[in-house]
Amino acid sequence: MKRYSAFAVAREALRFHSGWERAWRSPAPQKKYDVIIVGAGGHGLATAYYLGRNFGIRNVAVLEKGWLGGGNTGRNTTIIRSNYLQDPSAAIYEKARGLYENLSQDLNYNIMFSPRGVMMLAQTHHEVRGYQRTAHANALQGVSTEFIGPQKVKELCPIMNIDGPRYPVLGALWQPRGGTARHDAVAWGYARACSDMGMDIIQQCEVTGVRQSGGKVIGVDTTKGAIDCDKLGVVVAGHSGVLADMAGFRLPIESVALQALVSEPIKPCMDVVVMANTVHGYMSQSDKGEMVIGGGADGYNNYTQRGSFHHVEETVRALVETFPIISRLKMLRWWGGIVDMTGDRSPILSKTPLENYFINCGWGTGGFKAIPGSGWGMAELMAKGHSPLTEEFSLDRFKEGKFIDESVAAGVAH
Amino acid sequence: MLILNCPYCSVDAEETELTPGGEAHLKRFGPGSSDADFEGYLFQRENPKGVHFERWRHANGCGKWFHAARCTVTLEVFGTYSAQTTEPPKNLQKTISKKRPGWSWREFS
Repeated sequence: MKRYSAFAVAREALRFHSGWERAWRSPAPQKKYDVIIVGAGGHGLATAYYLGRNFGIRNVAVLEKGWLGGGNTGRNTTIIRSNYLQDPSAAIYEKARGLYENLSQDLNYNIMFSPRGVMMLAQTHHEVRGYQRTAHANALQGVSTEFIGPQKVKELCPIMNIDGPRYPVLGALWQPRGGTARHDAVAWGYARACSDMGMDIIQQCEVTGVRQSGGKVIGVDTTKGAIDCDKLGVVVAGHSGVLADMAGFRLPIESVALQALVSEPIKPCMDVVVMANTVHGYMSQSDKGEMVIGGGADGYNNYTQRGSFHHVEETVRALVETFPIISRLKMLRWWGGIVDMTGDRSPILSKTPLENYFINCGWGTGGFKAIPGSGWGMAELMAKGHSPLTEEFSLDRFKEGKFIDESVAAGVAH
Repeated sequence: MLILNCPYCSVDAEETELTPGGEAHLKRFGPGSSDADFEGYLFQRENPKGVHFERWRHANGCGKWFHAARCTVTLEVFGTYSAQTTEPPKNLQKTISKKRPGWSWREFS
């Protein structure tokens, strides 16, 4: 693989850009791989990448039913943060945030990580106490956050109305090294690095069955024929239940639609990410100038990748009160993704009842920020059978009652 | 927008009038049950890609709970029925069979 560099840009500029290589190969599937990962989104590709980089397992295929990064990796609002209350969450999200810091250099692919700072507004006294508690917890976990007052909020984000009659801003949980990244580039960067290690990324290849023998997984049936494997990693977000059903077990997961939208592009007016959990909306400004807006998930099962209009209306209505400047903006694009929600709103990275079948799912409404950490932990779990990062996120926790209850910690889906 | 007919007050209620209540016909396992049954009752869900049965509440209306049969892929509504039952009515199951031959959901098909 030719490396991307300033020199390469100059060289190609002199020869009419005729020398760029394809970023990844598109091979036909082989008969057998050591490891098959189902799902070429961020989490799946990161898992494959760290299997190769950290454990030297490179005879790997990543199967994707659609196109690479076309699921929730390409549908989120690109926010990266790790200000979680519970220790296992803080550990895996902070691992991810730390890896994001140098991911562009690591992958030789510009993922445009922008640690512009993330603030979560406290708009009720309950939230003030909750976020102060989270800030203390983060201090113990080694995650750099602080609770800031309304004046500091106004300083950091001047377009905000902090004196709204109904939901005044009473403070915020501020994570200065949180931010955003280019979501597609994360998938593309991992894919390019995986392909370079000799892994096969096979798009337009839907898994239609899981083959097993003696309680062990031995391969998968796909629309491109049967493929054998020693180990199978299923990283398919909203369709996790479908893949579990093929293997004969059920998951504590329901799939619902989560929506986001962007406004028409405007001049730079906001250089932080703001989340307002009481009114349930969050917003940042993309490099193109669009205001990127997200809200809450729908309340009922749905596989259509489109959601209810009234959720968008609620989100925008709430944000307009806090950001009066956006009231005349036109909406440019609006889309939905299918997110996999667990009972405690925390992910599952785990072995399953079927031996050598590993699952990474349940990221719900907050998966993008976790991609590098999730891949790191999942790769370790698949290579060694256990990982300190994923230990607490096992499927058993629902039977044991050992929840990682971030839904209670955040008061909302997160 | 999702529109469900409330089987109690016969109003065609749109989504903002309704509150979703999750999977229908769950069998309760309480004290004395096995860990696996209890876990199943609390957390394991069907989550089908296709025919699904759910509980809904006509919250901003008559306030009653009822059941709905829906397709999670097309958002087509097959029908709604009373909450006072432990299984979907036979005629509704037949309607679904006509539209989705070979469907199955838990022990029903």
